[in-house]
Amino acid sequence: MKVRAQIAMVLNLDKCIGCHTCSITCKNVWTNREGMEYVWFNNVETKPGIGYPKDWENQERWKGGWIRKKNGKIVPRQGAKWRILSKIFANPHLPEIDDFYEPYTFEYEWLQSAPELQAQPTARPRSLVTGEKLNKIEWSGNWEDMLGGEFEKRSHDYNFEGVEKEIYGQFEKTFMMYLPRLCEHCLNPSCLASCPSGAIYKRAEDGIVLIDQEKCRGWRMCVSGCPYKKIYYNWATGKSEKCIFCYPRIETGQPTVCSETCVGRIRYLGVVLYDADRIEEAASVEDPKDLYPAQLGVFLDPNDVAVQEAARAEGITDQWLEAAMRSPVYKMAVEWKIAFPLHPEYRTLPMVWYVPPLSPIQSAAEAGKISARDGMPDVRSLRIPLRYLANLLTAGDEEPIAAALERMLAMRSYMRAKSIEGRIDESIPERVGLDRARIEEMYRIMALAAYEDRYVIPTARRELDEDAFVLRGSSGFGFREGTQGRTKVNLFGGGADKARTKREPRMDIPS
Amino acid sequence: MTAFINQLAFGWYPYLAVTVLVVGSILRFDSNQYSWRTQSSQFLRRRQMVLGSNLFHMGILVLLAGHFIGLLTPVNVFDAVGISHSFKQTAALVVGGIAGVLAYIGCSLLLHRRLFDPRIRKSSSFGDILVLVLIWIQLTLGIATTYWTMKYLDGSEMVKFMGWANGMLTFDPAAPERIRDVALVYKLHIVLGLTLFLITPFTRLVHIWSAPVWYLLRPGFQIVRTRRAKNAPRSPTRGPAGGAPSYGGPTVLRQQAESGQEGA
Repeated sequence: MKVRAQIAMVLNLDKCIGCHTCSITCKNVWTNREGMEYVWFNNVETKPGIGYPKDWENQERWKGGWIRKKNGKIVPRQGAKWRILSKIFANPHLPEIDDFYEPYTFEYEWLQSAPELQAQPTARPRSLVTGEKLNKIEWSGNWEDMLGGEFEKRSHDYNFEGVEKEIYGQFEKTFMMYLPRLCEHCLNPSCLASCPSGAIYKRAEDGIVLIDQEKCRGWRMCVSGCPYKKIYYNWATGKSEKCIFCYPRIETGQPTVCSETCVGRIRYLGVVLYDADRIEEAASVEDPKDLYPAQLGVFLDPNDVAVQEAARAEGITDQWLEAAMRSPVYKMAVEWKIAFPLHPEYRTLPMVWYVPPLSPIQSAAEAGKISARDGMPDVRSLRIPLRYLANLLTAGDEEPIAAALERMLAMRSYMRAKSIEGRIDESIPERVGLDRARIEEMYRIMALAAYEDRYVIPTARRELDEDAFVLRGSSGFGFREGTQGRTKVNLFGGGADKARTKREPRMDIPS
Repeated sequence: MTAFINQLAFGWYPYLAVTVLVVGSILRFDSNQYSWRTQSSQFLRRRQMVLGSNLFHMGILVLLAGHFIGLLTPVNVFDAVGISHSFKQTAALVVGGIAGVLAYIGCSLLLHRRLFDPRIRKSSSFGDILVLVLIWIQLTLGIATTYWTMKYLDGSEMVKFMGWANGMLTFDPAAPERIRDVALVYKLHIVLGLTLFLITPFTRLVHIWSAPVWYLLRPGFQIVRTRRAKNAPRSPTRGPAGGAPSYGGPTVLRQQAESGQEGA
């Protein structure tokens, strides 16, 4: 047993209102630079839809994630190492910027500076890559928001696998949900495995997956290697970039920007202990439906004394062990089993998990026919097809999703009975395999969702690993250049202090 | 005057170019690795890239290997192995010719998209365009030499170049004289080739040094980094009981050592 710790995330999709505050705040902090205009480390998709970049879930096309060979070993879907190297001159599976969208801005200044005209002045769009005028904006990061566009196009959503999707094109039958997405900081990352330079690494202390910008050479195999398409090629700097899980905040015990600013209080951050020795075995199980339980098997119980002892031997501090015991993520994923990994069939063992959303029952008429005990309808009659959620979260296994939705419904009816009717109905939690204390804890953490219950983040304790005496005076005044993509003029091709992209007059430059 | 130019171009310039190539690359790698990259433009425009880049790179790799083996191997070695000069010249002509034409097609595709695709053009630096133009001219010159080489299929011209290259390696002052009388196109090809060496440390060409062959030797797929020093005590209580104080870590240990409280 090799115990390691990770700060993992859970998103409660049942409470996501699709406001995109997470995306906007993340963008303003991390990706508002040249070359990164098209990049959203965090984006919110309306499902069903093909998403951002287009059709990202189609791994036949993009070759992301892992594939299990006949001998039981897993290799990146792109191929073994020599196969990846053979594609290095031109990666045949690399998306183009148009698969995301061509970033654009508008000539807002023209609205103020236009002379007297016969027609109203308009702010025309201009490309942020070429600076040229765009006749028509064809696609953007959130083109399908609120079921925008025709159903025919959105129905290419991979998660309709095994669902008779035609009927969901009808207005009366349609359904939608939001899916905020960020880097999964996987236990078995395939971006990392695909990097020929060895620039991507996972941090042992908190599990955050980062790209060493000094070591990245721009071979761009990680972009196609990541099945979630959460690695982005910065065309201005020639390096790949990805979500950094706001590690400067996490190290000081603060939640990530997307979590901090979530108005729906849907995000949870907490420590999960895992057994690094069991990762490969869990990622290699034969049936994709077994990947979710296999990943649960990699997680370790922080209340187990043997686990604690092994964790201390690995240098995990008591502060982190205590945080692991209080971790809302561990409770939702392991104890209550209401959170699930996104697309476990990619075999990357993702560490950003999702609570599936409840939805209205299909129609009032049908609802009457359904046995509804204590106001609890059958989860199979909910508007979002179970199979759809299962394709998203459990590789198509509907049972765990049904059980989770039942527990969430039970929590509602138990609390409704308690607070409105003033009675404690112990039979409700029993029916879904919970007890009174547990269902009230669920209510406290999921429904009330106080700040300190959502974010249980121990600090990084760098002082244990570094000698502050040695480090004194080493920060504050940087003599080395920053890595903003622009460098001072120097002999070695550092760009002048001007952007590469031609900025036409009147273009509104995001900054 | 001609003698001086010959000495300058083929006696001194090669040393300057190779010195700048090696020292410059080391300096850049040491000072500014962030700028060390391929600067691929495939993400902005896929068209012409998949075919162009593959043809270009594979052709260039064959050409580079051919030039290095063909020029730098001592003449005696070929004689000893029993490879005749005319056979070597013909083989070089055929293999180099095919690789040259492939690389030329690839380079033309890449140059076309770099100059005429607005996305690529606007995101290109001066160096990006310069490198591609120079390589395109170099390939043109290289292919042009085949016309003259056809006249000397016995390998006599080739032996002159081998003699020059070997002479440069062994610091033989007579080396530049050996290629004094060759056709101008060869001389231009050599000077431009050395110029490409010269500008490499200042352009994206540095990615040649980073060909990631080490990837094949990486054990497994995953990489984990830790802040913890390799030989640091694995328990947060720092060392065996009864020894050092269990609080404060190395800082407190050092302070105590400095103030003579060690072991107190």
